This record gives sequence, structure tokens and C-alpha cells, in this order.
Amino acid sequence: MAIALVLVLIVVGSVLFHVLSPWWWTPIASNWGYIDSTLVITFWITGAVFTAVVLFMAYCVYRFRHKEGARAHYEPESRKLESWLTAITAVGVAAMLAPGLFVWSQFISVPKDATEVEVVAQQWQWSYRLPGADGKLGTSNARLVSPDNPLGVNPEDPNGQDDVVVEAADLHLPVDKPVKVLLRSLDVLHDFYVPEFRAKMDMVPGTVTYFWFTPTRTGTFEVLCAELCGVGHAFMRGAVLVDTEQDYTTWLQQQSTFAQLSAPAKVGALAEPAGTAAKAE
Amino acid sequence: MVDVTPHGADLIPPAEVAEVELYHPHSWWTKYVFSQDAKVIAIQYAGTALAIGFVALVLSWLMRLKLAFPEAFAFITPEAYYQFMTIHGMIMVIYLLTAVFLGGFGNYLIPLMVGARDMVFPYVNMLSYWIYLFAVLVLVASFFAPGGPTGAGWTLYPPQAITSGTPGGQDWGIILMLVSLILFIIGFTMGGLNYVVTVLQGRTRGMTLMRLPLTVWGIFTATVMALLAFPALFVACVMMLFDRIVGTSFFMPAIVEMGQLSTTSGGSPILFQHLFWFFGHPEVYIVALPAFGIVSDLISTHARKNIFGYRMMVWAIVGIGALSFVVWAHHMYVSGMHPYFGFFFATTTLIIAVPTALKVYNWILTLWRGDIHLTIPMLFALAFIVTFVNGGLTGLFLGNVVVDVPLSDTMFVVAHFHMVMGVAPILVVFGAIYHWYPKITGRMLNEAMGRFHFWVTFVGAYLIFFPMHYIGLVGVPRRYPELGDTAFVPASVQTLNEFITIAALTVGFAQLVFLFNLFWSLRNGRQAGDNPWRATTLEWQTAGTPPPHGNFAKELPVVYRWAYDYSVPGAPEDFIPQNDPGPVTQGDRA
Repeated sequence: MAIALVLVLIVVGSVLFHVLSPWWWTPIASNWGYIDSTLVITFWITGAVFTAVVLFMAYCVYRFRHKEGARAHYEPESRKLESWLTAITAVGVAAMLAPGLFVWSQFISVPKDATEVEVVAQQWQWSYRLPGADGKLGTSNARLVSPDNPLGVNPEDPNGQDDVVVEAADLHLPVDKPVKVLLRSLDVLHDFYVPEFRAKMDMVPGTVTYFWFTPTRTGTFEVLCAELCGVGHAFMRGAVLVDTEQDYTTWLQQQSTFAQLSAPAKVGALAEPAGTAAKAE
Repeated sequence: MVDVTPHGADLIPPAEVAEVELYHPHSWWTKYVFSQDAKVIAIQYAGTALAIGFVALVLSWLMRLKLAFPEAFAFITPEAYYQFMTIHGMIMVIYLLTAVFLGGFGNYLIPLMVGARDMVFPYVNMLSYWIYLFAVLVLVASFFAPGGPTGAGWTLYPPQAITSGTPGGQDWGIILMLVSLILFIIGFTMGGLNYVVTVLQGRTRGMTLMRLPLTVWGIFTATVMALLAFPALFVACVMMLFDRIVGTSFFMPAIVEMGQLSTTSGGSPILFQHLFWFFGHPEVYIVALPAFGIVSDLISTHARKNIFGYRMMVWAIVGIGALSFVVWAHHMYVSGMHPYFGFFFATTTLIIAVPTALKVYNWILTLWRGDIHLTIPMLFALAFIVTFVNGGLTGLFLGNVVVDVPLSDTMFVVAHFHMVMGVAPILVVFGAIYHWYPKITGRMLNEAMGRFHFWVTFVGAYLIFFPMHYIGLVGVPRRYPELGDTAFVPASVQTLNEFITIAALTVGFAQLVFLFNLFWSLRNGRQAGDNPWRATTLEWQTAGTPPPHGNFAKELPVVYRWAYDYSVPGAPEDFIPQNDPGPVTQGDRA
């Protein structure tokens, strides 16, 4: 009989733990509140099913436990009951899938006005590249990586000259502006993961992946790597600072462009400072 | 097919097999070591799997200690942690669960349950075990190789699996891992062909497919799936071995590693992931379907009631098996594959929940109006349903593409897959061992030790993995040996980690009691007799327990009914064995 009691306790305990425990997701800082809502719908539906199934089991174990002289009922199958259960399950599954697919279609449709930002991962640090005045990132290739060109930007590509390169430092983003995050890795798989943004995506060497989001509040958010990338995986940290427009511009003015970094002697002659470029945009 | 009815029974010629057809062993070596008897091979398989499983258990303790007390266990470096993690996962999924369900229970139960004298290819069956043992030894050898075992994670994703930033990546670790997997697959294929052909061709008279016990249906379907899925892993392993040893570029693009440009070019890391999960997702069901089948029979026998909706259960097993081949990329929603894949794989993944849910309904409807004997196998079966339902439901979070995005690669995933394909199938393994040990040894396992083992394992495992979901919900990534200072993670998460570790060590201790019981009851267990559970299926109707080589007496049993004639109204006993030529019952539609 202990088992019936324990089954009830598991249901009650699990529900209480869910409601009372201090462990819940970190406050969101992006537009992906829809993801949180879908997750909450899923919690409700699955929680109800779990409670119903386990409590029904507990009842059966209590009610139909072996008694002297008792005999089980003989009923091989019931088409009607099985059809009903199939239908109800299908409805419940659809109720979770439909909002899920709806939000996914938004997740993969990047708005036209999104600014591109490139994140470059390598064992075990984060670097970034912003498109500069022309709003376009220059092409890049891992084969071009050298001490003077840590991100492998193509020096032949005019679009790349004004790109702002942020090597092994923090990324700043302006609040409330949609961002398309282009993801590149120079060595192994990594995953750009900021829990507050909800979105994440693997970075795969040899190809460029992406996701988009809109930062909705200012603050400093920790970047972690979410795809095993070798012994330094847990220590591959960085930070994204979501700034007001003003703070963002100030920060941008202090950054160097690709042209400045690759030909530091000719700074004044060839390239404009990054900040003026951003203002022009 | 011969129409077998009770009235036609006397028309069937006697199923005698001349002694000469049986290759009886003549020496101790051929009887107990290089045996071709499926029952001995089964015990060898299960014994090896449980032994290597204990290695995985110890590795999990070391990982849990590091997670809970990172300073005290500073000697467990990240390198060591990743090696423990990789080998723990690999052992549990492949070398323990796959081997124990198919090589262990498959070998023991298929011939007995279908009424065959042995597997159809006994010699190949023997080879299967020895190659499996060799694969296990190669895996163990990697602990003693220079650089130690691979620390690439059980998914072995390139490029990191074969680069120098990963333990064993440029040493022997990854090579031995891949060779071991290749050997395992070769060995498994030999056994797997046996199981399939024996079920299709070796059934006794009257044993139609729709009279097979669900255990056989589960193992049979899982084996067919494994024969189709493992080749994808085989190919991936061979290709990666080439990338690592000869410098090919199947999975390797041009990369810059530690400042050096690689000589590789043009390979696709995502291709590996597709191949891996084309195997890897069916693998989940290769473990789950035998568990589904076995648990159906445990519930039916110990509730003294026919399994509810037998035909639906069979079609659900077959349907899940087929569907599981078109869901693999739900492991790759954030891998960088084309985002439109998400629509397709989320839909197929949630559809598979329907037949799976039906199986759960039918298990609990079997309990409804049953005569439930709370034996140890029954307790484990009930615990399986709880943990499987829990783990299956969290699968609906991770399968629903957009909900997976924040949760993927967090501890939520770790909690989910441990609950659904770690805890749940292992509870079935335990239930099955308590159920069939009397047939295998002739003695019952000790009841008191068994109940202690059950309670600590079930409640403890739930306490380990249920709260772990919430650590993932907070956002804690998986595969972190220590979290360090992370702003969004409250300090209380560390307290929870300590609690989980203590629960894990306690559950681990209970497994030692189980191990002791296995040996203690061999001599001291209560005599079981031929059919201690009063079960209907053929393995309980053998002449003698443990069954001799050749399984049955001079005549093979003839089957007259389905496997679930429990509590038939009007019958003198509350069970009618499958080989009882009594009246036709409602349940048998064969």
C-alpha cells in the first residue's frame, strides 16, 4: 500500500516544488516573450497529464490491490475507449505544437531593419565584428586568419575595410533595435548563449549560422558557450552590454576598424574613425 | 499458415526433434565459456553489461562529487570530468542498455518465448558475444592509453572530437572509442540477425505473430530498428577514423586551431550530426521498445489481467519504431541546420507522442479492475510508468522546436534524457531481473533486499532528476564541470546540486545491495519451481528450471492461445498457459 501513498506524494511534491521552488528562468531581456509563453502552456498541459496519470495509477493500485479470492476483470480491449483517448491526446499535442510552430516561424524570419552583428568564436574566447558605415560586413575566411587579422576578414573586400573589430572584448548593442547575429567559428563547434535573450544557436566552422532578437532592456548579460568545445568550455565567458543609444555611440567611437588594425600607421590617411561612420548611418 | 484450433490439435504431427539435431556441448569450455546456447550467451551478455555498467555508475559518482563540491574535488580536472562524462554516457547507452536488452533479455527470452530450441544461428550468436566483449575491452583499454579516454562527449561531435583542445582528441582516446564502436556494431549485427530470423522463422506451431508476448514484439522491433540505424553510426565512425588518422576531410572544414591553419578543407561537421542522430534517435527507442514490451508483460502477469488492447500495443510498437526514423533532427534544432527543418521535425516528434501515450494509457488500463499483486517486478513496473511519463512529457518541451531553443544544451536536457532513457529503462531492467531470475537460476531473489533496492532506487532517482530540470530552467548549461561565478545563477543552485549528489550516492549504494543479492540468492534464495508467478508464456512451461540446452522436453510446445489469458471467467485457475489446449477465449483473435 505504501506505493499508492508514494505515488500521491510524488504528484503533490512535484506540483509544490514547481510552485514554491526559487528556481525559475532568469528575467527576459529580449523580444522572445512568446517562447516563454509557449513554455508555460507546455507546463500546464504536461503537468495536468502527469497529475492525472499518476493519481489514476495510485487509485488503481489502492482500489484493485490483491485481496483473497478476488479475480481480475476480463476485458481484452475496447475500441471505443482507445479511439477517444487517441483523439484527446492528438488535441493536446496540437495545442502545444501549433503555438510552437507559429513562434518558430517568427524566430526564423529576420526583420528587414535588423542590423547585422558578427560573433566569432574560437577556443576559448568571443570576438565580434560590426559592419561599419556601409552597413555591410566584408567577406571572411578562416584561411586568412593571422596575428594581424584575428577574425580572417578578407582584405581584398572593400566592404570589410570599415568593419569594426572587437577582439576578445565585450559586445555592446543598442537597446530596442533588432539584431541579426551572424555566427562564425574558427575552430570547433561553439554556441553563443545569453540566457536572458532566450535565443541561441551553434556556431559551425566552415559556415555562417544566425539568429535574431531585439534587446528590450539595458544591462550587462553574461555570454556562455553552450556547445561542448574542449576543456575550456565552461570557462569561455564574455559579456553583452545593452546600452542606450547614447552610450552605444560613445562606445562605438572608441573601437577600431579593420583598416585601422591591419595598417595602424596609415590610420589618419585612409580610414575614418568608426564612430563617425556609425553616426553617418 | 496452419490454422491452429483446439479441435484441430490432434491433426498436428508431434513436434519431436531428434537428439541428433542438437549440438550439445561436450566439455566444460563449450558449455560455459564458448557456449552456443542462447541462455548462456544471454547471461554472458548481461553479466558483461552489468559489470561495465558499474564502471559507468562509479564515473557518475565522480562527476556528481565534482559538481557539488568543486573545491574539495579540485583533483578532478575539467579534462578528467569530460572523460568521465563521455565514457559514462557511452557505456550507459550502448554497452549497457543496448547490450542488456537485446543481447541479454533478447537471447534469453526470444527462443523460450517463441517456443524454439535455440537461436537459428547459434555459432554466429556466440561470435556476437565475444566481439561485444572485445569492444568493451577496447573501451576499457582507453583508460590506460596515453592521454586517457576521449572527452568529446558521448555525441563525439567533430571537429572537437579529433582536435587537441579535447582530451584524447590527438591521442589514443578517440581512436579506441571509434574502434570499440565499430566492433560493437559488428558484434551486434551478428546477434541482431539471429533475433530477427528466430522470431520470424523459429516460432513453434501455433505461435502466430499476433500471439507473441509483447516482450518479443518489443525486442524484435527494436532489433530491426537497430539493424537499420547502427549502419549510420558505423559509417560516421569509419569516416571520423579516417579524418583522425589519415587526415581526410569528411567532417573537417578548414579550421584555425591554436593559431595554426589545418590542412583539412571542405568537410561538414553537421553531416556527422545527421549521421549520428539518424542512429541516435532510433537508439532511444531501441532501448525503450524492449522496455515497453517487458513492462507490458510484467504488469499483465502481476495484475493477473490481460494486457489491455493487445493489438493496439503491437501497432503502437511498430508505429513508434517506424516514426522514430523521421525525428532525428530534433536533436539539432540549434545546430545551424536549415531552419525549415524545424517545422518538419517538430511535427513528426510530437506525432510520435500519440502512440507513446496510448501505450501508457493501456498500461494503466491494465491495472484498472486488476488483481494487483505488489511483487517487486510489479513495483518496478509502476515506477517505470511514473518516470517514463515524466520524462516523456518533458520531451514535449524539447521536441517543440521553439521551446527547445532556450532549453537546449542546459541541465533540463540532461534531466529529461536521464529520466526517460536512463532511469525508466533501468527500472525495467531491474523489474525484469527480479521477474526472470527464478527461471534463470531456479531461485527467487531475496525479498527484503529487493524491496530496499526498489525504494531507494525509485524514490532516489526521482529526487535526483526531477529537481535537475529546474537547474536547466534557470539556464545552467550542461557539460560544465563547475559553474564558477555566474551572475544569473542564484547561489541556492549549488545547494540543490549538493542535495542531488547526496541522493545519487545513496542510489548508488542501493545498487551494491542489488549486486550482493544477485550472488547471495544464487545459493540462499527460496526454491522457485517452474512457474512461480503463475504466468502464461512459454518460458514458464519448460520441463525443468533452469531450462536445459534445447529449452523444452522432447516435444516442442504447441500454442493454442494468446499470451494474456489471465483471470478468464469460468477457468479453474486465474491463468491459462499458452500451450493449454482448453477452450478458445475472447482475447485470442489470432
